[in-house]
Parts: sequence; structure tokens; C-alpha cells
Amino acid sequence: MSTPARTSRRSGIRGGEAASGWLFTAPMIILLGMFLVIPVLMALWVSFSDWNGRGSPFSGSVSFVGLDNYSALVGGGGLAEQDFGTALRNNAWYVLLVVPIQTMLSLFLAVLVNRQILRGRGFFRTAFYFPSVTSSVAITVLWLFLFSATGAVKKLLAFVGVNGPNWFNDPSGVLHNILGVFGVQTGPAALTDNSFLGISFWEWLAGPSVAMSAFILMAVFTTSGTFMLLFIAALQNLSGDVVEAAMMDGANGWQRFWRVTLPQLRPTLFTVLTLGLIGAWQVFDQIYTGTQGGPGKTTLTPAYLSYQTAFTNQAWGQGAAIAFILFVIIVVFTLFQRWLLAERKVSVRRMRPYLQTPTSGGSR
Amino acid sequence: MSTTVRSRVRPRTPSQRLRNLSREQLPSRAIAGRSLLYAILIVLATIYVAPFLVQVATSFKTDGDAASNPMSLIPQTWSTAAYERLFLNSDFPVWFQNSAIVTVFVTLGRVFFNSLAGYALARLHFRGRNVIFALLIAVMSVPGVVLLIPKFLVINQLGIYDTYVAMVVPLLTDAAGVFIMKNFFESIPASVEEQARIDGAGTFRVFWSIVLPMARPALVTIIILSFQGSWNELSHFIVATQSSELTTLTKGVASLASGQLSQGTQYPLKLAAAAIMTIPVAVMFFIFQKRIMNTTDGAVKE
Repeated sequence: MSTPARTSRRSGIRGGEAASGWLFTAPMIILLGMFLVIPVLMALWVSFSDWNGRGSPFSGSVSFVGLDNYSALVGGGGLAEQDFGTALRNNAWYVLLVVPIQTMLSLFLAVLVNRQILRGRGFFRTAFYFPSVTSSVAITVLWLFLFSATGAVKKLLAFVGVNGPNWFNDPSGVLHNILGVFGVQTGPAALTDNSFLGISFWEWLAGPSVAMSAFILMAVFTTSGTFMLLFIAALQNLSGDVVEAAMMDGANGWQRFWRVTLPQLRPTLFTVLTLGLIGAWQVFDQIYTGTQGGPGKTTLTPAYLSYQTAFTNQAWGQGAAIAFILFVIIVVFTLFQRWLLAERKVSVRRMRPYLQTPTSGGSR
Repeated sequence: MSTTVRSRVRPRTPSQRLRNLSREQLPSRAIAGRSLLYAILIVLATIYVAPFLVQVATSFKTDGDAASNPMSLIPQTWSTAAYERLFLNSDFPVWFQNSAIVTVFVTLGRVFFNSLAGYALARLHFRGRNVIFALLIAVMSVPGVVLLIPKFLVINQLGIYDTYVAMVVPLLTDAAGVFIMKNFFESIPASVEEQARIDGAGTFRVFWSIVLPMARPALVTIIILSFQGSWNELSHFIVATQSSELTTLTKGVASLASGQLSQGTQYPLKLAAAAIMTIPVAVMFFIFQKRIMNTTDGAVKE
């Protein structure tokens, strides 16, 4: 991404550049060092220590405990492990639903409002983007009202004859509820008897709780506008030639979108998925403002658990350990997705139909 | 799958197909498609806008009215009790003031430091420039939530916990902003500055009076992002302060949501507070709407 280094010029008008270069970047370097690099290193130490929040974490009374904090989380068998497993479960379902839905919705919105001939284009764009500028606190307050026991969503569902759930007070898992409709109340022993990170596989498969589903809807509502803008920008940068050529070849609108437009959007798709994934693993504000992890710990997320463990329970080492595990999870997911979406050579089988047509009529 | 494009080639000449696309000869299918498009757009826009209309309407309702008619857009009896309570009988004005102070200083600071560093990385040639740039990219990838505990540790260690300094200075770290400025400076021609240099202007002079004024579009992007980012920031203030005099809007309204200051649900009060805290970013948005809607960078909410 950096610019190609320029060949050095005559030093006459470029004298003293090294000094000013460092001088200009110094404030930012100092800031980033002081409030990013050093803090992370300090937290890394804390995650290996038994610091309890009193005094300095570097005083003599704080001792090194090795990987104790980490092992309590991933294999301690206690409440810490169970809470961590629950938080991971909750957030994994959140990511699994939010990222694909918001990506598809934002692409859909972008395609809709990107038409050349569309009355009220500005209005529609503004309407879809507006939720993105509001703060997560304000939107959570609004959501708590809309999805409350006497709220608008419940009323709206009642209009169509559905007895809506008690959103933010309902800890039941959505998948469990669906299975419950078919009479499945308890899972097979193979799932209930075995567990991972302190909670049974049956519980892992509970799906997001009804309360978490309200947060999922909120995330889609607030982020789809931002990503819509990214897609609109990308769509406007596409040259019309390729689409025109496809049109000449007789591809209909549906085919043009899937086989011509979408492949060209791959870089933007990658950006949106990456940003979505990074954001969705960091749910904090909404939980802090709205539910504090409840009901029944089903909206607990690793980010909030990390905060709670450190600041409320004063188990700083464990809180820091959660934060670093979360960091690793985010990095791994980003790399995995990068690998998944990387440009690959098209296989010969898929290329064959195109190989047979040497620059046929229509395509320019 | 892969042969569909070819197999459905219709035996028409290009001009015929183009004529079909022109507006005068819209076949009935196209009209139906167009109506469907507008219908979908209107339904979606309603879903996106309605919550905010309900919010404003409810903030003017009485508590009982809000509970019994959560969807109506017109209060049965207009009541400004929520707003009176907020402004005359709570810490709300203090919260607003703190948010404003922090936002102004963070935005000014970021504009200055980001453009300084961006300019150096784009234009000045010095040993270590590429290393700095690589570090910047690495730093950008650290997720913010992971930094909650680390930030508290360093703030505590520096002895600035619960001060304005702790609220403002850590928020000045903005690697993405440096990146935006660097990209912009690279896009403007170097010939202008070289002229000034030959005339004997120093590096800072060239930067301050020649390059910076040219960078207005990028600066606006930084202003929008910083303003939105620091006005809407919550987690940093949770770990940096504890006293009520330093509570910001986000922190204060979050405490309202979890039931302080109120018995019962008091939705009009909470929604009024949330509505007021949305106004500054909304105004910002409508002022710079054209810019926000047209840029590729600068549109990402963190």
C-alpha cells in the first residue's frame, strides 16, 4: 500500500527533511506508544499475574502466575470457564447471523438505490444511512423501548395475530424453541452429556436467545447503512462496459448481477465482511447499556465479560486474559476469511465455456 | 450453471435490445418491475425511519400514554415533562457539556496531529518512514474493545485517572485518520510545494500555509469521523473516569437506561435524552450529507 519510494533528488531543497519528518510524526508516535503499545504490553503482564486492582501492577507484591488465568478460562472447570464458554457461544451466534445478514441487506439496499433513474434516491439513501450516525447508546435506549413488554414491536406482532415474545426478558434459545415446536424438549444424550468450555453441546446449539435476537436485529439496522455506502461507491466505480457486453450477450438482470457485477465487487465484499466480523466480535456498548449480560447470561459477550471480570470482580488477570483470547479469535477469523475469499485460479472446467468463444459479437 | 450466460443468448440485434430499454417503450413487465421496486423501497424506508419518529413522539408523551400507545405518532396529551426534568432537574446539562468539551478537543487534536503525520509519511523523505508506516497499519488492526483494560492500566499508572486529560488524550490516537491524510496528500501534485521551497519556505511553513489549505476535503472527512467517534464514544469514558462531574452523555444516558434517576420505566425521559444526544451528530450529518454520501473512505462507523 505504500507508495513506491521515489528516487532521491538533489538535496538542495530537501535539506533537513529527516529532522522534520521525525518531528511531524513524533506526536502520533508518542500517542500511539503511550496509549496503545505500552498499555497492551502492560495488560499482557497483568494477564500473567495475580494483580487484584490495588496498588500498581508492577509492585513487588504482585506475582507471576504463568498461564493460570488462561487455563482457568479454557479448562478450569469452574464458573469462570462456564461464563467464558457462554459468552463465546452467545457472540458466535451473533456473528453467524449478523455478518451475513448485514452484508446481504446492505448490498441489496445499494443495488436498489444505485439505479440511474430513481425518484427520491437521496431520500432513500438518507433513510437507510441515518441509523449509522446515531450512537450505540441512543439506539439501545430506543431498542429497549421498542422491544419492551408493552412496546411497539409486540403491538405490531399482535396486529398480525402473533403473540410476540418478551424480547429482552426471554433467555430461551431460538433454535431450542424451534425444536420445541416439533416436540423436542431435551437433546440426545450424546449432546447433553458432553461439553466444551463448561457448557454442553446441546447448550452450544441453543441458538441466540430471544433477547440476543433483538440485539442482532439492532446491529443489522445500524450497520447496513454504512456498508450500503461502501457498496454504492464500489458500484459507481464499475465500468459499464462489461455489463453492457453481458447485456448484448443476452444475460438477464439476475445473471448480470450474479455473474458480472458481484465478482467485480469482491474487494468491497472483502472489506465489508472483514469490518463486519471485527465489529460483531466486539459487542460491548449495547450490552453495557441494555442488558448487562442478562437474562440468564444469554447476552453476555467476551468483551463485556472481560470488562465485568476486571472492573467489577477485580479479577484483572482473568479479565485481561479474556481480552487477549478475544484478540486472537478476531485475528484468526480475519485471516481465515482472507484465505477463503482470496483470488484463486479458475478451474479449467469452469473456464471451458468461455474458452470456446473467441471474442464473439457484442463484446467490445 | 456456468453455461447459462451463453445458452440463453437471444437472437436479437443489439439495437433492438437497446430500444427496448429506452423509457418510451417500457413494456408492461418493466412497469410492474418498477412499481415493485418502489414498493420495496418504501416499505424498507418506513422500517428504517419509523423507530426515530416513534422515539420523538414518545418523548412528548406522558408515562402512561407511552406504555399504552407505544406506536402512535401523536401523543394523546402533549407533555414536555421529560425535557423539563432533563434540563432543569438532572445532571443532563453537565453530561452534554462534557461531551461537547471532549468532542471539540479530540476533533481539533486529531485534525492537527493526523495531518502532520500524514504529510510527513506522504511527502517527507526520511529514514524509518516505511517502518513507521508499517507500525501504523499494525496498530490499526488492534480491536478497540481489547484495549479497555490496557487503557485503564496506563491511565492509572500515569496518575491521570478521572481527569479531562484522561478523557481526551488517549482518544487522539487515530491511525486510520493518519492513513486517510497520507492518501490525500499523495494525490495532490508536489510541484506547488516545491515552488515554495525554492522560494525558501521551511517545511512547517510549506505544510501549514500551502498544503493544509489544499487538503480541505480530507480534513472534512477527519472532522466528521472524529466528531462522530468521540461524541458517540462510551467504553473509553467508562474506564477513564468515575466522578459524576466528568460523566459524558453516552455514559449518563447508559446509566439512565439501566434505571438510575427514575422509578418505573420512564420511557419518555430516556427517549428524550437519547433524542437530544442524537441531534448534534444528525446536524453534522445533514451539513456534510453530500460528502458523506459520496466518499468511499470516511463512511465507516467504528
